[in-house]
Amino acid sequence: MSGNKHQNKDTSSLQSVVSDWSADKQSFDMPWGKLMMWIFLLSDTFVFSIFLTSYMNVRMSTTAVWPSSSEVFALTIAGHHIPLVLIAIMTFILITSSGTMAMAVNYAYQGNKQKTVYLMMATALLGASFIGMQAFEWTKLIVEEGIRPWGNPLGANQFGAAFFMITGFHGLHVSAGVIYLLVIAKRVHQGKYQKKGYQIVEITGLYWHFVDLVWVFIFAFFYLW
Amino acid sequence: MSKFANIAIADQVDESKHPHSFMTKYIWSQDHKVIAIQYSITAIAVGLVALVLSGMMRLQLGFPNEFSFIDPSAYLQFVTMHGMIMVIYLLTALLLGGFGNYLIPLMVGARDMVFPFLNMLSYWTYFLAVLVLLASFFVSGGPTGAGWTLYPPQAILSGTPGEHAGILLMLASLAIFIVAFTMGGLNYVTTILQARTKGMTLMRMPLTIWGIFVATILGLLAFPALLVSAIMMIFDKVIGTSFFMPAILSLGETLDHSGGSPILFQHLFWFFGHPEVYIVALPAFGMVSDVIAVHARKNIFGYRMMVWAIVAIGGLSFVVWAHHMYVSGMNPYFGFFFATTTLIIAIPTALKVYNWLLTLWRGNIHLTIPMLFAIGFIFTFTHGGLTGLMLGNVVIDLPLSDTYFVVAHFHMVMGVSPVMVLFAAIYHWFPLLTGRFLNNALGKFHFWGTFLGTYAIYLPMHYLGFLGVPRRYYAMGTTDFIPESAQSLNASITVSAIIVGLVQLIFIFNLIWSTFKGKKSGRNPWQATSLEWQTAHFPPGHGNWGEQLPNVYRWAYDFSVPRAKDDFIPQNVTPEDVAYLDTEESNKGREPS
Ligand code: HEM
Ligand SMILES: [Cu+2]
Repeated sequence: MSGNKHQNKDTSSLQSVVSDWSADKQSFDMPWGKLMMWIFLLSDTFVFSIFLTSYMNVRMSTTAVWPSSSEVFALTIAGHHIPLVLIAIMTFILITSSGTMAMAVNYAYQGNKQKTVYLMMATALLGASFIGMQAFEWTKLIVEEGIRPWGNPLGANQFGAAFFMITGFHGLHVSAGVIYLLVIAKRVHQGKYQKKGYQIVEITGLYWHFVDLVWVFIFAFFYLW
Repeated sequence: MSKFANIAIADQVDESKHPHSFMTKYIWSQDHKVIAIQYSITAIAVGLVALVLSGMMRLQLGFPNEFSFIDPSAYLQFVTMHGMIMVIYLLTALLLGGFGNYLIPLMVGARDMVFPFLNMLSYWTYFLAVLVLLASFFVSGGPTGAGWTLYPPQAILSGTPGEHAGILLMLASLAIFIVAFTMGGLNYVTTILQARTKGMTLMRMPLTIWGIFVATILGLLAFPALLVSAIMMIFDKVIGTSFFMPAILSLGETLDHSGGSPILFQHLFWFFGHPEVYIVALPAFGMVSDVIAVHARKNIFGYRMMVWAIVAIGGLSFVVWAHHMYVSGMNPYFGFFFATTTLIIAIPTALKVYNWLLTLWRGNIHLTIPMLFAIGFIFTFTHGGLTGLMLGNVVIDLPLSDTYFVVAHFHMVMGVSPVMVLFAAIYHWFPLLTGRFLNNALGKFHFWGTFLGTYAIYLPMHYLGFLGVPRRYYAMGTTDFIPESAQSLNASITVSAIIVGLVQLIFIFNLIWSTFKGKKSGRNPWQATSLEWQTAHFPPGHGNWGEQLPNVYRWAYDFSVPRAKDDFIPQNVTPEDVAYLDTEESNKGREPS
């Protein structure tokens, strides 16, 4: 009798998976903020991928020699020449911070405010120490090795340019993350999420894990290649 | 996972949250409808600047040496600013910031964007980007003259106008624009995915929303390439890195740069630049589909195909970028690959054109102003699409690259066509904003002036391109292979361009005049089915839906449903409430309606 063949999604010829996903209201079972963070991170993934692709491209286009990573990134500790030691520690710290963040999210959902705040602060502290070490590494490259974005006594200019640009951009992400963590930790402490729920901690965590993940790629491309 | 369920804005009807002061209502507004209007007015204003620039270029080309204030540098600066403003600051901003903002919450049945504050920030950041861009007209050296593609090395070397402040302001403005777009875009995507009202499945959304949705995703994934290349070029310019700069001898001097890759920039630029074409095309495709369906009183032909075509075009648009670089000396196998992908895009695109035509076919076509512009669009878009097929082939592109044939092609396909849809959309949705129609007589005049004028401008340009007239040239000079007649053609193009420009002033006048004095439209004047016309108040107020969100029971194209009493059934009408004509038996003896 009715002419409305479109009102009923069961009659649709699409598979049920598609119709589930395209059902009304929410396509993803998650809060708005969380989905938005995911989409932002997807976009940011493109930013970092393009940075890294560009780095690979200029590394191939330059005719000058590329400095050996086990040389430039080595530290001399107590008379021993140890390659990649600083970066190993930095990477370890950042991965640890992902662990503390995951625990913070867990406690947040249990409603354990105190532990959440402590763990978020610990995460922020680890992040800050990462930044500190990065500053140390930059200082060493600039002061001791004489590397600049526009020049490099050890070979290709593009080494300094790409290194400072990409680790700098990542460092900015970490710094922003530290501030973000501290702000949210403070608000958790003040009990602002008691009623709303603690999804915000998970959203903060998503960002933080992303920044860590990006570091793994930067690490691989700059220090292991 | 239901413990994460949101308190939809729907359930937060809190009257105290309605803004009251002038500042919160119109300046720092968080209402998507006000933000949309702010975006639109800014975009149209800066678009008029770009229009004036094109007029000045045409004056120079049509009547060389008559206008002393246009020297070769100024010409290049006009070309650059015209192109960049038109593509980014007008079309992208107006289609997504303007129409996206206005229509998304209304069409999917939400009270607002999911994060209104972010939405407000998006507009003001865009405004800042426009100010930074316009500032470059006032700095020493003027705006950059590098062409809208901003190719290094020349973009940042002496010999190019605006090589100091101009190019930096341009790059900074683009970066700021991208930040603004990201804030807005995250909102659009999340709103469409998460805040649709009950019954509004993805496959019931109007095509307008599909177009905006996919275009926004393209933007979020393509703008990063532009952002990164802007950052790298700023570094090359300001601190002397060599990302894009090879070893170079400039004006007899060896520069400090070495080892960079100019081709890298071209790849990054077009990895952004080609999807950008679809960022402006897809919303236009969507809106024109809706305009055609409403004004032909017929359901859109092949709705599902239309949706998948939009998605397919969006996906493919990321693998065709190097068709802009055939002349860069790339490996022939790459050329083969990119030509093939480019031609594949023609399939879903042509499918859309057929579907528009089949929607019109035996429809009840009302030749309203929106419909006129929509039909105009089908002409210009088909036309530009066909020349695109030609240029997609390497062997045809090589001789035609950087000639007026290319200028004609991209103006038809991504200049005039989206603009046609924008006009259709403005005439169509103006009553929703103001409760008044735009003036019909002026509208007709505007349409015919624009449509015929467009052809008078761009058809001859194809021919100039075949003759080999190069693009981005201040004057042709005395070149043997270009006949005298080319100059008279150029003069006639210029006259047409000036006329088309003046006709737009009539449109602007119409906008302002009709806002206050236009004929009252009443509710839902086009008898459309989609939700934006079914709001509690007309024009829609803050919060859009009054007490209760609408429920959706059908797709957006129930026009001329057989045996239904009215020739349209709005999306929020329940199956029980649809009025049908009586059945055959009891109907005997009555006039068929
Ligand atoms: C009345 C309307 C218009 C006229 C008369 C016009 C005219 C022109 C002219 C004369 C040029 C320079 C050609 C050259 O010397 O190479 C140009 C370039 C360009 N126009 Fe338009 N245009 C118009 C509208 C538009 C629109 C709506 C768009 C939007 C996409 C657009 C996008 C561009 C672009 C991207 C360039 C290339 C800039 C470059 O080479 O760097 N134009 N236009
Ligand atoms: Cu393209």
